[in-house]
Amino acid sequence: MKAFRGRPGIFDSVTVTERRAELDVSDLSLSFGGVMALGNVSLSVTTGELLAVIGPNGAGKTSLLNCLTGYYRPQKGTIIFNGKDITHLHTHELVKEGIGRTFQNIELFPGMTVLSNMLLARHIHCKYRLGAALAFLPSVRREEVAHRLVVEEIIDFLEMQAIRKKPVGSLPYGLRKRVELGRALALKPKLLVLDEPFAGMTLEEKEDMVRFLAEMNEEWKQTMILVEHDMSIVMSISKRIVALNFGEKLAEGSPELIQNNPEVIKAYLGEEAVI
Amino acid sequence: MKLQLHPCGNFKERYEDELTIFETDYGRLWLAIGLSMLFGAVPFASGPYLLYVLNIIAITSIAAIGLNILIGFTGQISLGHGAFFGVGAYAAAILATQVHFPFLLALPAAGLITAMVGMVFGIPSGRLKGLYLTIATLAGQFIIEYVLIHWDSLTQGTRGIVLPPVSIFGMEIIDERGFFYVTFASLVLMTLIAVNIVRTRYGRAFIAIRDNDRAAEGMGIPIFQYKLLSFGISSFYAGFAGALWAYYMTSITAEPFTLGLSVEYIAMVIIGGMGSVAGSIYGAVFITGLNETLRWLTDIFMNIDALQGAGLTIAPLRELVFGFAIVFFIIFEPRGLAEVWRIIRSSFRLWPFSY
Amino acid sequence: MEFFVQLLVNGISIGFLYGMAAMGFVMIFKSSSVLNFAHGELLAFGAFIFLTMVTWAGLPVYAAFLISLTGCFIMGFVIERLFLRPLIGEPLIYVIMLTVGLAAIFKGLMLLIWGGNLYIYPDFLPPNLSIEWGGINIPPVYVLSTMIGLLFLVLLGLFFKYSSQGIYMRSVADNQTAALSLGVHVRRVFALSWAIAALVAGMSGIVLGIINGINVHDLSSVGLKVFPVVILGGLDSIGGAIIGGLIIGLLETFTGGYLSPSLRDVVPYIVLVFILLIRPYGLFGLVEIERV
Ligand SMILES: Nc1ncnc2c1ncn2[C@@H]1O[C@H](COP(=O)(O)OP(=O)(O)OP(=O)(O)O)[C@@H](O)[C@H]1O
Ligand SMILES: [Mg+2]
Repeated sequence: MKAFRGRPGIFDSVTVTERRAELDVSDLSLSFGGVMALGNVSLSVTTGELLAVIGPNGAGKTSLLNCLTGYYRPQKGTIIFNGKDITHLHTHELVKEGIGRTFQNIELFPGMTVLSNMLLARHIHCKYRLGAALAFLPSVRREEVAHRLVVEEIIDFLEMQAIRKKPVGSLPYGLRKRVELGRALALKPKLLVLDEPFAGMTLEEKEDMVRFLAEMNEEWKQTMILVEHDMSIVMSISKRIVALNFGEKLAEGSPELIQNNPEVIKAYLGEEAVI
Repeated sequence: MKLQLHPCGNFKERYEDELTIFETDYGRLWLAIGLSMLFGAVPFASGPYLLYVLNIIAITSIAAIGLNILIGFTGQISLGHGAFFGVGAYAAAILATQVHFPFLLALPAAGLITAMVGMVFGIPSGRLKGLYLTIATLAGQFIIEYVLIHWDSLTQGTRGIVLPPVSIFGMEIIDERGFFYVTFASLVLMTLIAVNIVRTRYGRAFIAIRDNDRAAEGMGIPIFQYKLLSFGISSFYAGFAGALWAYYMTSITAEPFTLGLSVEYIAMVIIGGMGSVAGSIYGAVFITGLNETLRWLTDIFMNIDALQGAGLTIAPLRELVFGFAIVFFIIFEPRGLAEVWRIIRSSFRLWPFSY
Repeated sequence: MEFFVQLLVNGISIGFLYGMAAMGFVMIFKSSSVLNFAHGELLAFGAFIFLTMVTWAGLPVYAAFLISLTGCFIMGFVIERLFLRPLIGEPLIYVIMLTVGLAAIFKGLMLLIWGGNLYIYPDFLPPNLSIEWGGINIPPVYVLSTMIGLLFLVLLGLFFKYSSQGIYMRSVADNQTAALSLGVHVRRVFALSWAIAALVAGMSGIVLGIINGINVHDLSSVGLKVFPVVILGGLDSIGGAIIGGLIIGLLETFTGGYLSPSLRDVVPYIVLVFILLIRPYGLFGLVEIERV
């Protein structure tokens, strides 16, 4: 097996139109009983951008991502992606539209190997139909090999060669987060949505992750929404930040602006600290 | 091309090699030997009784493979597999007697009809998470049983239907040996198809749904469609096997297709090994063997005068033994005989360095 | 008209018993998400223990009743300890198939011991329990079954509302992790819910036996009828189980009375499929939004 080094070919082959990711969220609202998870949240993302979403616990960050990926249904508001209203699409349809994600509490398939986990993400890119699969026609074999190549490239990029055949359940937490990123990449999403990808990682793992995300964003213009608590990381890799608190948008702007915004400081440090 | 005979320290040179069913040429060699023995020697070395048992095993295996695709790979339980087997049997019988379908056409047609009947029960429950499909198939089991007995004009009620003899391209198949070729060719074909389903995106999607349905959705897999597909495939297998069984038995009534039969198939899947195509066959061998042993034992007991008064019948004993087998395997070896076999093999493979 | 009222009364009494059986089923489901396919066998177990105590051991009825209920309670406890506890943490599908296996074991055992015959209890109900009302005669069994049904409903309601174990059980049903972190002994709750479910099932088995006679096949198939009942009432609603039971009981008796006796036993399942089609979470079930 030839060792692979360098940039995964899949990203080079992606044309600009295939990469287009223009997201427009307006007035998104969602409540659970009396709890307002989202209240009139509006934001937008343009192609090639890395937007960070921050906010204290329970601010509604995950709820926002869940609305974007069809896990929650907003009670009000619209989500437009590349000119199409996707507010009411189902999760699997949104994946086909080009929105891929990772989860805050890792949702991998623990019994399967890293490879199988990632191959699963190639599902929407498989073109063969049931009839061909039943006979395992040569075309199916060729396609399977091609998907395997894509997955291997991502494995090389994320430096996971050593664990590709390990069951995911046996991996340490930080590596699992990396596998989940790899799986989301294998979806080849236009918009990649990451829910706290650094949570629970060691410092070293965080550094690796920052490197990957920065490279994805800067070199291949991968559009991303990143939810993260760690302010230093957010400041270092994103140019624009949206801050949420109690489901509402507090502020939006450059890292410096957000860092110095009194509302944000108050939300993060609590009332007492301000007094 | 280099022969690969030992899996110890074998490194694939191309990704393509990993897509083959057998990891080594050794495995392929064994398969070739096994298949030629099966078709070349077994039918001639076995008496009619053994051939009968083998035929039943082959037919049962096909249905068990279908149920395993649903239970073992997709994580959904069907309690109506016995009834679907019956739907296949009746579909074949009705097609053969009333529309004069030829045998080779009646088998897949019966499978398709059964898959469609399955959908009637699968569609309402498929969109729900959790085990609603199980409950719907339970309803399916009872409704189908009722229909098979009471739709007199179609199924001839309790009188049953007699099927025409099997003929393939003008060749009549009458004896056990002839049927052996039919049932085992079907088994080989259906096994191959199942293996292909499992190693392509369909099988992967099924496993994903079983392991984590939320994440599966996040991979772009429409859960509802795929659960339904899996259920359809499993019903197809049941119907196909049922049709084969009807032809083999030459006449059918609704009597055998009870909830007990469904439980029997579940037992096969658990005992053989959930999520293993080969395991379904082991399970079918085990249960059929058990059935025959019990029948033989009760025959012996019946002939002992002292025990005749006890009114010993086979039904409760069977139920008891199946129940124990299910419970035993779930608690002690949930991956079934397939896993037992794997352990035995791998400890032999590395012999004498197996520690 | 008389026929109608007679059917109505029968339907309500049988429905109460279905509802009671379903209540135990829902209790197990709520505490551990297990669909118990051996529920009918628990019903039959209760009925046969009672039969043995009354006829073979010749005990007075109330003693036999107490012993049978205690036996069922212990049985539920033992099942949980022996078979379900080793599977805590395993995928649910194993546990559910385990109950399928248990059902086969119990059924096989009971068939071996008592055979497939139909037994009847000696007539021990006081005849003055029957109600005469304008030409309509409600036999004592029905009066008794309705009374027992209501009594158990009240007792269980009080248990869940006021006793500490009952409150623990409710907390586990509501949120297992939260209950665990608050120090609720979740395993004990599982065991207790199995024990109580078996007790209630055994009780319904006894009364059903008084009404219809005692037969292994009949009683264990009642255990499967709890599925239409609970789907109708919402899989996780104890009150819904009673309403569902009443609906199914009425439907069955009216189908049997007016349409055809053979349709009687499938009608609940036909309803089940329709309910799944139009109101999948039942009449009283909750739709929960899954967190990811
Ligand atoms: N499925 C749900 N059911 C009920 N309430 C929910 C649900 N999902 C979210 N919530 C509530 O909505 C609010 C926002 O939650 P969300 O998970 O979006 O916060 P978050 O910003 O992601 O927090 P964290 O930093 O802890 O991940 C919280 O009060 C939460 O309890
Ligand atoms: Mg969150």
